[in-house]
This record gives sequence, structure tokens and C-alpha cells, in this order.
Amino acid sequence: MATEILMPALSPTMEEGTLAKWLVKEGGEVKAGQILAEIETDKATMEFEAVDEGIIGKILIAEGTSGVKVNTPIAVLVEEGESADAAPAPAAAPAAAAPVAATPVAAEAPAPVVSNASADWPEGTAMKTMTVREALREAMAEEMRADPSVYLMGEEVGEYQGAYKISQGLLDEFGDKRVIDTPITEHGFTGIAVGSAFGGLKPIVEFMTFNFAMQAIDQIINSAAKTLYMSGGQMGCPIVFRGANGAAARVGAQHSQDYAAWYAQIPGLRVVMPYSAADAKGLLKSAIRDPNPVIFLENEILYGRSFEVPVLDDFTIPFGKARIWREGTDVTLVSFGIGVGHALDAADKLAAEGISAEVIDLRTLRPIDYDTVLASVMKTNRCVTVEEGFPVASIGNHLSAVIMERAFDYLDAPVINCTGKDVPMPYAANLEKLALITSDEVVAAVKKVTYR
Amino acid sequence: MATRKNPETKGAQGANVSKDDLLAYYRDMLLIRRFEEKAGQLYGMGLIGGFCHLYIGQEAVVVGLEAATKEGDKRITSYRDHGHMLACGMDPKGVMAELTGREGGLSKGKGGSMHMFSKEKHFYGGHGIVGAQVPLGAGLAFADKYNGNDNVTFAYFGDGAANQGQVYETFNMAALWKLPVIFVIENNQYAMGTAQKRSTSTPDLYTRGEAFGIPGETVDGMDVLAVKAASEKAVAHCRAGDGPYILEIKTYRYRGHSMSDPAKYRTREEVQKMRDERDAIEHVRELLLSGGHATDDDLKAIDREIKAVVNAAAEFAKESPEPALSELWTDIYA
Repeated sequence: MATEILMPALSPTMEEGTLAKWLVKEGGEVKAGQILAEIETDKATMEFEAVDEGIIGKILIAEGTSGVKVNTPIAVLVEEGESADAAPAPAAAPAAAAPVAATPVAAEAPAPVVSNASADWPEGTAMKTMTVREALREAMAEEMRADPSVYLMGEEVGEYQGAYKISQGLLDEFGDKRVIDTPITEHGFTGIAVGSAFGGLKPIVEFMTFNFAMQAIDQIINSAAKTLYMSGGQMGCPIVFRGANGAAARVGAQHSQDYAAWYAQIPGLRVVMPYSAADAKGLLKSAIRDPNPVIFLENEILYGRSFEVPVLDDFTIPFGKARIWREGTDVTLVSFGIGVGHALDAADKLAAEGISAEVIDLRTLRPIDYDTVLASVMKTNRCVTVEEGFPVASIGNHLSAVIMERAFDYLDAPVINCTGKDVPMPYAANLEKLALITSDEVVAAVKKVTYR
Repeated sequence: MATRKNPETKGAQGANVSKDDLLAYYRDMLLIRRFEEKAGQLYGMGLIGGFCHLYIGQEAVVVGLEAATKEGDKRITSYRDHGHMLACGMDPKGVMAELTGREGGLSKGKGGSMHMFSKEKHFYGGHGIVGAQVPLGAGLAFADKYNGNDNVTFAYFGDGAANQGQVYETFNMAALWKLPVIFVIENNQYAMGTAQKRSTSTPDLYTRGEAFGIPGETVDGMDVLAVKAASEKAVAHCRAGDGPYILEIKTYRYRGHSMSDPAKYRTREEVQKMRDERDAIEHVRELLLSGGHATDDDLKAIDREIKAVVNAAAEFAKESPEPALSELWTDIYA
């Protein structure tokens, strides 16, 4: 049966091309794989091969013709003894993708905004004082006891007992099968951990600091975060990447970056950044149980800080639920991680001046508890965000946009983002202090939005 | 540990295979070739978009390696992945419909040519970042070792990926932890358009594990029986708990790197010579005919059968609807 040879698409972007040269003649025999013609695409001149064998019955587009649309019949291939006229009528153009209607962004009626914040444990629960370091260790130990597929991998997590002593004692309890010292090779061991999660395990990867995770960020984003989607839901990646994030003290530019905004941008990741010990414990336990890849951003300065932690057998904090540390009426301070400490300090100072600040700790940055923030802003009509990271494309920038879109009419002043300065972290003590966010800067911002 | 230039088994002469095995290899290789030719055709018709990397010419590599596997063994590869999926038994319809970006595709149309997976067949992708699948493959092997079974993982990568740093980070840990992973270097001689001699300081990629104590050997990848023999040896090494193994399989891709490759980096004659003199499918065809294992008519019947499978896959891939618009928002979180 005669078949039409169609103008081929020879690149992802080609819509039409020039039929530069025919390398076969009418009546000539062709074999599969033989070059039929040279075609100029938007990228290069390409050789076009025959798919089927047969005889060129007719050439429909002369060489030198430009602007030949993809799928235009350019020749007719016949079998021996067959006429070119036997070619079937040109088939309808192949089903072009139906235009995709964009989902309207604001189709639904705005729902009333209700705060999600509520108590994390029952009233009257016994509490004990614990450092963030101890809370993190307890969370890992409890989850490792409960699930044999959970293991910890990283630099110095085993025999050294943890560069920051987070994993102290875990090697003794769980052995070297489950507490694994790696060579200093973040890209490689992160890939191995992600592969093991595809294979059914639940790794906790400790980065000594998140600065070093930059070596591994391709595996975190391209392999861990995207595979569930790319596999149509078949292949998930239950893994926790945890470690110290942000500035410590006097360690210079390469060891002092806050990655919150970087990871919060990625669909497929969960991003957690606790402030208190109770949140560190409850959220890390949730992270280890979560079937998705979780970025768990800790802070070296907070490791030694003590907080009250509930004494409960199985205590977790869900993702996407902010905590209101302090209620207030004049301004909403939104922060996460170590920034919460600055916000709380600022709230104390402001209270002394008669300004009542509400302090919200987001706790998780993906998902973000927008409703708790919006409900608060609708009450106070003013908002200042507080974070340690760089100012451009920060979490605060994002919150400002969301508040503007969803609570514009409630605002009595522009939202101000208090962030780290737009400079690499300097080493000199005075300059480092200047580069970091301070509670005094938060106080100044609040005075600006409250016109005081 | 030793890296050896010449494996003991030099293909058909030394290999012990049955007539049925030989026919199965012929069928599997032919399926890949016809499937890929059809994919190229559908690309030309605009039914497949974006990147599409064809496996034509390299068929003996996956078919030979798969011949030594058992249930539970895993495989992971790069973006030139259609052949690997077909060789481990994934449904040609599902693969082709993924290429056309349809609902019936193995990733519901959301992955594309480079990103398909099958838990059932232990196929872990389909990865688009050159070299990333190598530590991932070692991680799959890590999970098997952790779980105490004797499964083996095949981590495939090309001569181009063999220059990625993470490959050597992985070699180190795989050897240190004795992971049951076979590093398969599919050396088709060109990293996209860069010939191996222009990109690689030393030509013998199978020796790249020497610094880590990983044995390696080079294999004629146009001879499915030689590949199978090497695979058996590597698999035995891994199953015995002796750690990783490297197979550098010398192969050749007939088509461009992707569909938009003008192929100016090699001559037409070079490609034609490989096709004429070293074609892996032709090789098995001759073994079948000269050994009296099959007649011309038997092979024509197989050809027809494969053509029907591929045509059915193409029809399915054309007729399956595009994914529902709501699919945009699913499968982001488990």
C-alpha cells in the first residue's frame, strides 16, 4: 500500500523547515534507514532517513522549498508495481494537543480565614526541660526504635557521636548497620540515601551543616523531590535531610547561610524549621514518618538552648500548623527558626513601650500555615516578618505577597520584611553583628508600621 | 582483584545457550529496535515532543545483562531508557503512551521519555541528570544489603557520565560497604557529540574502579552472548557478597544523541560500517540460521509478531487521551 512520507519534526521546537535537498529520485528504490533528504531545521541541517522500504512513487515537495510545515506530505512511497496515485488521501493532522485551559487562579469565592493555631498537647501534661539537641536525639531514637527501616547516615554521626552531638549514643544503641559514618562526600552519600529510600528504607541524612548540602542539592531536588510526580505517583522518597542551617558565630561566608527560602520554593519537598525543643522533637518525629522528602533546618546556636517539652509517649507536631507564641493586638510578627527568638525579644521591648505584638512561629515553610498568619493580620492590620536569610526572594517577600493578595483591605501599613543583610557573611565580629537580623531592627520596623 | 582486558568468554563460541534462549534474545532485541524506530517515526509526526533518545544499536547490552537476572534484581539508568524498560518486561503500550504524553503512559504522561518507573519490574528510572543514577543505584543496592537479601542492582551509565564526580564518590562507598551493585558503563563512544578520545584522559573505562579495588572488565556489546556471560560473572560476584563490579560494554548508537542531533561529529560511513559489520541483531539472526535453530520463515514470523506488538503500542499511544487537567496537581506529595 502506498504511504505518504511526511515532513518530520526534527527538533523539539521545529514547526516548519526547508527541504534543502532530495537524495532520492522518483522511481528509486529505498531501504529502511537510507537517507532520503536533507532538511534544515531551526537548529541545524539534518539527514532524514526512511522508516520503511519501498519505491519513491512521487516527490511532492521540490528541493529548495522553504517553510514546509511539519507533517506536510513530501513524497509518496509505493510498493513494486504500484502507482503513486494509490496514496491515501492526506490524513488529518495528528491530534494536536488540545489547548490547555489554565485553571483560573481566583475562581473560588474567598473562604473566611480561620486560624489553625491550637494547643499542641493537652492542658495539664507534665513537662520537662530539655535542650533542642536532646529533643532531636530523642526524636530519632524513638523513631528508630519504632521502625527498623529508619537509619541515620552522615559525617561523624557514629563513632565521633555527632559533630554537634545530636546523634550521641545512637551508635551504641542501634549499631553500625543503622548509624552509618560516611566519607566526606555529600553528593555521593545523598544519592545513595535517596536510592535507598526508593528501595524502601527511611533514611535520615545528617548534613554537618546545610552549607555542605549544596554539593548534593541536585540529588535533593531532582531525585528526591521530583520522582513521585515524574513516576505518576508510583515511586515516593521517604527521607529526612537534617542539620545545622544558618549562621553560627564567626565562621565566615561559606558556613553561615540560611537556606529556608531555597528549599521552600520546591514542590515535592516538605520544609521544617523549628525554634523550640518541643517543636524540634514533635516535628522531627513527624518528618521521619512522613512519606515525602523533608528538609529539616536546625540551628547551631539553638542546639544548647533549653525549653519545656511535654512528657508524652508519642508526641508529634503536624506540618502546616503555626504556633502563636504570644498574642497581641497591634502588630503581627511572623518568623521561624532562630528568628522567632528575635521576634519574641522584640515583642518584650515593644510591650514596655505599650505596643502589643502577636508572635507567630510558622514552624514549617512547606506547607505554610497561611490562614493563621492572615487571621492575625486581619486582627492587627500590620505585619513585620523576621528571618535570618538574604532579603531577595525571601520567605518574608512571599508572605507579603500573600497578605497583599488575600488581606489587602485589612492592612493599615505596608508589610516590612526584616532579613539578614544582602552581603556574604563577614568574619569580623562587628561586621557579622551588623549583617545579622537583630531584635532592635524588628522593633524599628514595628514602629514604622505602627507610625510610632 | 584484577581488571582484565579480555573476558574468557568471547561470545557465541564459548557461551552455553539453548535455542530458546537465543530466540528470546532475538525477539527482545528486535522489539527494542522496532519500538525505537516507531518512536522515531511518531516523533517525526509531532506525536512525541521534547527530548527522545533512541537506543537503536545498543540492544544487546540490556538484553544480555537481563539474561542473568532473577526476580528482585533492580535496574536504574539514564535518559536513554526505553530499551531497559522493554528488556525488563515493562508494557510497550505504557512506555509508548508515556512518550506521547498520554494518560495511559507509565507515569500517566507526567514523566515523559526520560522518566518512567515500575515498582513491579524493579525499574527505578529513567533519570535526566547525567550521572545522578549512579549513587541512586548504589542506594538501591544499599537497601538490599540492609534488608539482608541477595538481590543485585544494575546501575547503567554512559561513557559521558563516567566523568562525573559523583560516580567516583559512589565507587568509593560501594567498595567500602561492599554494595551488591554492577556499574554498567554503556560506552557508545560519544557523550552527546563528544568522542570519547576528546573527553577522557585514559580510554579504558573498566579500569576506573582500580583505585577503589573494584574489579572491572570490558565486553563486546555487539555480541549478546558475550554480554550475558559477563553479566553472569558480575552477578555471581555481587550475590556472593564480594561488593561492586564494573562492566564496560563497548557498544554503538546508530541514531543521534537525541532527535535533534545533526550528527556532524562522526561520518556516515562510520555508522554504516557498524550497521553492516557489527549489528547485534544480525549477529543472532545468523547464529540462529547457521546453527539450524530457526528458518527464515520462523524469523519472519517473529518479525511480524514484533511489528504487531509495536503497532499496537503506537495505536494505544495515539488513542490514549491526554491526562486530565486535574493531574497537574496530583502526585506532588504522597
